[in-house]
Amino acid sequence: MKKIKPFFLSKKVFGYPYVLFMLIFVIMPLVLILVNAFLDTDGYLTLENFKTFFTEKSSLVVLGNSLLVGLITTVICLLIGYPVAYILSKYSSGKILVLLFILPMWVNFLIRTLATKAVFVAMGVELGMGTVIFGMVYNYLPFMILPLHTVISSIDKSYIEAAEDLGADKSNVFLKTILPLSVSGIISGITMVFIPTISTYAISQLLSNGTIFLFGDSIQMKFEQGLYGVGSIMSIVMLIFVLISNFLMNKFSNNMQRRTIW
Amino acid sequence: MKENTQPKPVETTPDKKDVVKSDNIIELKNVCKVYDGKEAVKKSSLNIQKGEFVTLLGPSGCGKTTTLRMIAGFETPTSGRIYFNGEDITDTPPYLRKVNTVFQKYALFPHLNVFNNIAFGLKLQKVAMEPFVDKKGRTVTKFRKYTKEEIKRKVDAVLKMVDLEDYGHRNVASLSGGQQQRVAIARALVNEPEVLLLDEPLGALDLKMRKDMQIELKNMHRRLGITFIYVTHDQEEALTMSDKVVVMRNGEIQQIATPEQIYDEPANAFVADFIGESNILSGVMLEDYKVEFCDTVFECVDKGFKKKEPIDVIIRPEDFKIVKPDSKDALLTAVVDSCVFKGDHYQITVIANDNELIVNDTLAQKKGDTIGLYIKPFDLHIMRKARIINELKTEMVSEGLVNICGGQFECNSDLPQGTKVLVKVDFDDVEVTDDAEDGKIAGVVINSIYKGNYYQCIIKTDDQYDFFVDTDDDWLKGDRVGINIAKDKIIVEKLEEEVSDEKEEKNEEN
Repeated sequence: MKKIKPFFLSKKVFGYPYVLFMLIFVIMPLVLILVNAFLDTDGYLTLENFKTFFTEKSSLVVLGNSLLVGLITTVICLLIGYPVAYILSKYSSGKILVLLFILPMWVNFLIRTLATKAVFVAMGVELGMGTVIFGMVYNYLPFMILPLHTVISSIDKSYIEAAEDLGADKSNVFLKTILPLSVSGIISGITMVFIPTISTYAISQLLSNGTIFLFGDSIQMKFEQGLYGVGSIMSIVMLIFVLISNFLMNKFSNNMQRRTIW
Repeated sequence: MKENTQPKPVETTPDKKDVVKSDNIIELKNVCKVYDGKEAVKKSSLNIQKGEFVTLLGPSGCGKTTTLRMIAGFETPTSGRIYFNGEDITDTPPYLRKVNTVFQKYALFPHLNVFNNIAFGLKLQKVAMEPFVDKKGRTVTKFRKYTKEEIKRKVDAVLKMVDLEDYGHRNVASLSGGQQQRVAIARALVNEPEVLLLDEPLGALDLKMRKDMQIELKNMHRRLGITFIYVTHDQEEALTMSDKVVVMRNGEIQQIATPEQIYDEPANAFVADFIGESNILSGVMLEDYKVEFCDTVFECVDKGFKKKEPIDVIIRPEDFKIVKPDSKDALLTAVVDSCVFKGDHYQITVIANDNELIVNDTLAQKKGDTIGLYIKPFDLHIMRKARIINELKTEMVSEGLVNICGGQFECNSDLPQGTKVLVKVDFDDVEVTDDAEDGKIAGVVINSIYKGNYYQCIIKTDDQYDFFVDTDDDWLKGDRVGINIAKDKIIVEKLEEEVSDEKEEKNEEN
């Protein structure tokens, strides 16, 4: 009789669903975007889409705006997130604080954003750039705090003691050991905030009453208008920006490990 | 080394208030550290002189590292004061103390290379410039930082001292354990501290490297002339390197003395057992200069004991001299039980009047042979026993039932319930069970010492009473065991009503 190899014993089998998933939901959309970028509305091969995007002033402004909003949000998140993460890792009472920061994450982000909008309207705050950035920071702050918290709380206490022993007061201990040792957390925090913010949509529309358009919003609009070609080009441009920022982050963090900060 | 660095013999705590100006660079006065209700260091006092190499020695958990960390400033004593050059530094933060530490796991900064690790302290230091007189006629001393050239010169000098001249640019993670160790030492020394603290610095190195580093550290100490405070659990390391050894156990200082004194005149059975191999035997002091053990009467150099006082005798294995059994020098005859070659000597186990003794000699002996043993009276070290009977104050649970450390024991006493009583149990009447569940009460073995033909171990019960137990078995330190006591062996005595405040004393006895 032929020996049958039991199906469940081959480990490779467990990988198949993932491969299938990747093919359908990751590779295929990318290919579709790439193909769409070179097709006009009638389905003929063209480079017209590129021309449209790169000559249309408004779409470039939107891109610039997105990058700016992403940058501002990231900086604010870092400025708020680092002290919070530091306090959290230092004091055990920080658990309540971490809960307060994580709690909003349990609410759907659309509902959260709508609620924020309602609060602003009730308070009579004019919706605009300020409120958009507030919404962004509010939504993405936990993504900054978590990696920072992980890294800072894993710093060996003996480094801090060694620095104190060598004559560093509290501020020097922070500047010369804790900060440089938490660079990897800073970088992953930045990555986790900056990349989603440049591509996000809905938040900006909702919190500015549709007056501020970010890149994500305009991609959505292009697809809604049936301009698949231009939409695809914009998606690719965004993808390239994400890749560039990722590449820069990696390069920076690699350098950090080899070189000194001061 | 300077002449005045020679340590004084056994130190006692000076209680005088006027000792502020002295050679002591560091003084601990009644320092005590409590963690979560547990005393890591119990009221300890210690004086360290300028230029001394002092070692804190003891098994893990004895409080030696905590003591060092209090000197460094990482821990604040719960009570007591610490003085540095006569100045109270108890509440001074570590960065203002003129001490530097070599950490157990080196704690080299991973984000800095070797050069910058060493330069870390220098970059933070401020140096006084030439005082000058300003326009208003005041003398002003300005401070400046070290220049780059000065830092480079100092770092290079210290790198040369630890034999790592070309390693400045290297990443610390790429260094071997021994090299990291040297960087850690260089990083501490470059700041020219008055006291260098070393927390088990050689613990992570292999034997060969450790030996080399021991010699190097000792040389560095000699060259620099600064005070070294060294923490280790390795008694050999302590004895070879130090000017003064502080033996600690359970948060208490057992003995402060030179290595020779620690070895030759241990203060108690614990020190004797911890510092190298030794024979510890129970004996009786018959009168001044006369002691009996191994069923034999010996001459000794000790006096001042009560007549017939039970004592412990300590004899180092190499202090025995093997003679012919019929020689008139043979104070004791013994039968050879085993003989093991140990590299530079033979370790001979002999049985003398039912007592097992270890004898070190350069000549081998045949198993079964009868030999004579001679010991110089000077080499018999006699110590008072910490305790001769287990004694504790408690009360009756009911007639014929007494409470001992939370367990109810049957006894031959018909005193009524609630009567305060004194319970006495002989060391060899305490039965130890392997399984904590099998005993009426349970405790942890904290010590076990071989005493010739039995083991004396100390078992700490859950309510912190130390039971002294004589058994035939060697119980493992740290094991949890059960304790039973036979009904007939419990001696119950009625106590008068003055118990309350004496209870404390009883507990402190050990």
